[in-house]
Amino acid sequence: MEGPSSTGVSNRKLAMWTFIGSECMLFGTLIATYLIYRGRNVVGPYPDELLNIPFITVTTFVLLMSSLMMVLALAAIERNDLKKTKIWLFMTALFGLIFLGGQYYEFNHFVHEGLPLSRNLFSSTFFVLTGTHGGHVAGGVIWLGTLFVRATQGKLDATHAETVEIAGLYWHFVDVIWIVLFTLIYLLV
Amino acid sequence: MSGKSGATAGHSTEPHVSNRFYVAIAVILAVFTALEVMVFYVEALAPFLFAILMVLMVVKFALVVMFFMHLKFDRPLLTGVFAGGLFMAIFVIVALMAVFGKFG
Amino acid sequence: MTASEHALDNGDAGVHEGLYAGGIWSWVTTVDHKRIGILYFLTSLVFLLVAGVEGQLLRLQLARPENRFLDPDLYNQLFTMHGTTMVFFAGMPLIVAFFNFVVPLQIGARDVAFPRLNALSYWLFLFAGLFLYSSVPLRAMPDGGWFAYMPLTSSEYSPGLGMDFYVLSLLLAGIGTIAGGVNFFVTILNMRAPGMRFMRLPLFTWMALIVSVLILLAFPPFTVGLVFMMFDRSFGTHFFDAAAGADPVLWQHLFWVFGHPEVYILILPAFGVVSDVIPAFSRKSLFGYPVVVFSGILIAFLGFGVWVHHMFSVGLGPVVNAVFGGATMLIAIPTGIKIFNWIATMWGGQIRFNTPMLFAIGLVGSFTIGGLSGVMHASPPADLQQTDTYFVVAHFHYVLIGGTVFGLFSGLYYWFPKATGRMLSEALGKAHFWLTFIAFNVTFFPMHFSGLLGMPRRTFTYAEGLGLDVFNLISTIGAFMFTFAFIPLFLNLWRAWRKGEPAGANPWDAPTLEWTVSSPPPHYNFAVIPTVDRRDPLWHPHIEVGLGWAGEVEPGGVSPRVQPKEPPEPVHMPDPSYWPLVMGIGMLVMTAGALGSLGVVLLGLAVTMLGLFGWAFEPSESGAH
Repeated sequence: MEGPSSTGVSNRKLAMWTFIGSECMLFGTLIATYLIYRGRNVVGPYPDELLNIPFITVTTFVLLMSSLMMVLALAAIERNDLKKTKIWLFMTALFGLIFLGGQYYEFNHFVHEGLPLSRNLFSSTFFVLTGTHGGHVAGGVIWLGTLFVRATQGKLDATHAETVEIAGLYWHFVDVIWIVLFTLIYLLV
Repeated sequence: MSGKSGATAGHSTEPHVSNRFYVAIAVILAVFTALEVMVFYVEALAPFLFAILMVLMVVKFALVVMFFMHLKFDRPLLTGVFAGGLFMAIFVIVALMAVFGKFG
Repeated sequence: MTASEHALDNGDAGVHEGLYAGGIWSWVTTVDHKRIGILYFLTSLVFLLVAGVEGQLLRLQLARPENRFLDPDLYNQLFTMHGTTMVFFAGMPLIVAFFNFVVPLQIGARDVAFPRLNALSYWLFLFAGLFLYSSVPLRAMPDGGWFAYMPLTSSEYSPGLGMDFYVLSLLLAGIGTIAGGVNFFVTILNMRAPGMRFMRLPLFTWMALIVSVLILLAFPPFTVGLVFMMFDRSFGTHFFDAAAGADPVLWQHLFWVFGHPEVYILILPAFGVVSDVIPAFSRKSLFGYPVVVFSGILIAFLGFGVWVHHMFSVGLGPVVNAVFGGATMLIAIPTGIKIFNWIATMWGGQIRFNTPMLFAIGLVGSFTIGGLSGVMHASPPADLQQTDTYFVVAHFHYVLIGGTVFGLFSGLYYWFPKATGRMLSEALGKAHFWLTFIAFNVTFFPMHFSGLLGMPRRTFTYAEGLGLDVFNLISTIGAFMFTFAFIPLFLNLWRAWRKGEPAGANPWDAPTLEWTVSSPPPHYNFAVIPTVDRRDPLWHPHIEVGLGWAGEVEPGGVSPRVQPKEPPEPVHMPDPSYWPLVMGIGMLVMTAGALGSLGVVLLGLAVTMLGLFGWAFEPSESGAH
């Protein structure tokens, strides 16, 4: 129901922000667990033996730039520039996919280096935390991909700007979480 | 409140921000990320590593939330909803770490 | 058009028309908040009865010392199922049933913000409950207690599928609950009728708003804890494995970071019901409305900083215990404020002792007892004596039955006429109240004594000659009385449904907006969205509904005749949809697959995605997502 809004914000947008507020608690708990357990590993491999900072810096950069493309996609659809909208939506989803590819490579590499999920406390906390984030990225890629397909079918125009905006809010939030994880997991080993 | 009952679309209030501005924000984000990694590798900065990284992280976080997610231009209600969740999350993280003796 | 051209609705709609018309399919695909509320109510009533029978079996086992009616293993399973069911599949959904039926009517809305999401929440609740109970025929009921402490619940000490049923069903239910939290938060913020400012909201709606916030903030940590437990049990991770350097106490923290706000999720709606019922039956506006609102907010806020009081005996040290003990005692202040405001509301009022009022007053008394014993074990030294004894069992049954259940019974008698258009019998209602009130006290008051004598909870029997025999026998007799006390309730519901007197729009002369529409309300709720200019609008002559009907209200009188029988303009309501059900089934299949079959999980994922896309692209005026 898009009835009149008491607050001046549409229901959908308010709901997305509410969901994001709730998601803060989800990631907050995961991060708290990671931080509490940091340094309590009793068997290797240990984080500093495995974490590859240059590699993850590249994928971090890719995810940050995907946020720029997302916001350009929104600006384009608000101008009713559907061609640009299509391009930027595609690029956002593509960069998201590249990030996921990087994560797949990283996970795979860790497993080959002797760190399967069940190896130790580091593997448990690391894989579940970054995996939950990756799951959110994957959901976002599917969402943006769907919007891209709708755009190519000509079913997305300036009247759907808010639909793109809300997908964007989700996407930026996932990016923001990565900003935190990048610092806490990789740089403050 | 019903004072703004005429507002139907919801997001028409924000001033138009140019693409150049968004690119500028992205450049800052990229530069700060590069700075973070550099700080990580400079041994002389090790004593300040935590402080520097936290400041850079918070600035990046704030830039994305304020400008890419438009919170700076949007209704205060949305900032409140997000800040409420964020505040409680930080509270839980800090409280749990304190209970587990992470602050000495 | 003038007012006289519209027949005014006196609220005589029959029970079998309108809201209740249509076959099974119309209920399966419904997105109407009233129907979803009724589905929630009936389903959670069944779970309440099942969990009640489980409690009854526990009491039978404890009737006398050294009893062998249940073996220890089955006893463990039954108290786990009793607690889990009561909290997640009876208490919370019963509350959500009232949120669904009442909140949109109280704020002058035609539905919730996301009707299809609302339907999905219901299906996830139902499926999660059925999934949990599918452990019964498989003889694999969870047996680790409703708070499932690690490492007892690890795969090492709880092999078999029991705790997996617990983890997975609560994950599934939690998704629906969080969706409901978003839905009601947005509904109450965004769908209020013109003029329905925050400080004019009925108290029940206020508490629904606060509870939505609590759900949104408390369920994610629980979800994370459940995911950790699932990974530890199924994938060999080490989140709670002391041998790997982890701390099993982390589970207790994650559980109670959620679990304590959960207590307020269960009690605040009951406070909300009582804060609406007591003014209605005292013919006097709520005393100190803003104070009652803010004390509710304060209770919720403080509720996040007290979780360690469930863990004093863990040994976290005097500083941690003192901080959390002090914070816990603070909660007594806003709670006490509410109690005094209810009493002050009754003071000097024209009190009518109808059944809703009796249960409301019963809550004020019983909850005070439960609250006081709560303050006792807020003090860590006292708690060390009381924790894990029947004293704690007595405490939380006083707040959960004396508080939540009495509040919900009050709400049931209060809003039943609105939901069905029929009146419940006062005689049967009073019989139900007195039987319940006496039986409840007979059951749980003696537990204070058996607890202080040292009787541990969750132990399937006790030795003779410890002074526990009499108290346990009395508790068991009380439990039987409690079960029989449900008979007048069901007789009453059945009788009223068949041949109850027509209720009219406002049988109680109550002051809030839900009493302006017919009973049961039309599917669009309000033919004309009312404009509200004050709190308790029906007790004042100035309710404005536009188009000239304001003139129909007699000055100074209480008039229900403010809604025209037919909407003057066509009302667009969301279409029924089966996609929420498809999505719910998909998620159920995923959950079942998580017991051990990746293929089934993928199948469930495919169905879920099908449901999601079908939902997103369903041609409808209602908002996507």
